[in-house]
Amino acid sequence: MTFRQFLESGSNWALAGILVGIPLYGWLKGVKVYEAFVEGAKEGFQVAVRIIPFLVAILAAVGAFRAAGAMDALARILAPLTSRFGLPPEVVPMAIVRPLSGGGALGILGSIFSTPGLGPDSYAGRLASVLQGSTETTFYVLSVYCGSVGIVRYRHALAAGLCADGAGLVASIVIARLVWG
Amino acid sequence: MNVVFVLLLVAALVAAAVRGDVKAVGTGALEGAGNAVTLAIGLIGVMSLWLGLLKIAEKSGLVDKLARAARPIFRPLFRDVPDGHPAVSAMLLNIAANMLGLGNAATPFGIKAMEELEKLNPHPGTATNAQALFVAINTASLQLVPTTVIALRAAAHSSDPAGILLPTLAATACSLTVGIVSAKLLERVVR
Repeated sequence: MTFRQFLESGSNWALAGILVGIPLYGWLKGVKVYEAFVEGAKEGFQVAVRIIPFLVAILAAVGAFRAAGAMDALARILAPLTSRFGLPPEVVPMAIVRPLSGGGALGILGSIFSTPGLGPDSYAGRLASVLQGSTETTFYVLSVYCGSVGIVRYRHALAAGLCADGAGLVASIVIARLVWG
Repeated sequence: MNVVFVLLLVAALVAAAVRGDVKAVGTGALEGAGNAVTLAIGLIGVMSLWLGLLKIAEKSGLVDKLARAARPIFRPLFRDVPDGHPAVSAMLLNIAANMLGLGNAATPFGIKAMEELEKLNPHPGTATNAQALFVAINTASLQLVPTTVIALRAAAHSSDPAGILLPTLAATACSLTVGIVSAKLLERVVR
């Protein structure tokens, strides 16, 4: 069994363990597990519907931003500046997209991996991997979490989230340079 | 958020005008709006499943036990949240699911935590310090093992797919620390 298989099976066991363990524990404690489950699950629909307007706002704006080519233009402008700091031009789009779109960032990661001359074991490929794993789709998290309770004034949540992403970016570059530079 | 919203749209229009492809602004926005609904609808099933399990965990006292166990870690960070409040266990479950890489379980728990925190909110519609900090923690990717990235690397025939594991953890620790510290510092200035 390789390391990767070990990790994957660990994740699968954790999921299966929780799915079976919670109802079993409840049943042993004398909870009417079926009734309780249905009662809780009822809320699922409302929550999903409640976050729609928040998701539409951010995803429509990001959709326009990407489709119009603003993302690529920004990446082209920044690339000459960032390569001096150890951020190769191929990874710049990823750094921009990461907080905005999780799927978009994964797409860029995949294209770095499949580009001849780059690939997963190149400096750019490794840096992009670390970046993907250490930052989060901040705008998505914000719109889903705040949207679910109808919060429209985020106060410092956005700034703190972006600080975390910025720190993740800087740390990824510093670490990648130390380890593979 | 208002600034970000306008900035994204104006930048889109400018870039599209420069490239002579203004149509892309409309199609991009419409496509994004469609994706938002697909995403939300897709959440219904997962959300219901985990919220159902959470209700069982609540009724069996599991949630209370978790809240008590998590007290030492959460107490100094979330001072406004009373001991044993259900928000604490929801936050703990969210963070645990994130760390295990169970992304689709993390979201329902996170939303539950936000709902519980909202009950302590004197100004509904405006994020409290606790809510902002909780969101900031969630924007640092907490996953201990980035399984998706490792799988993608393996699929691309990397000679060392999991070699990014420790560097990723170190970078995550940095982003998490900065997220918490900046939320704590900013909460004093931002009203």
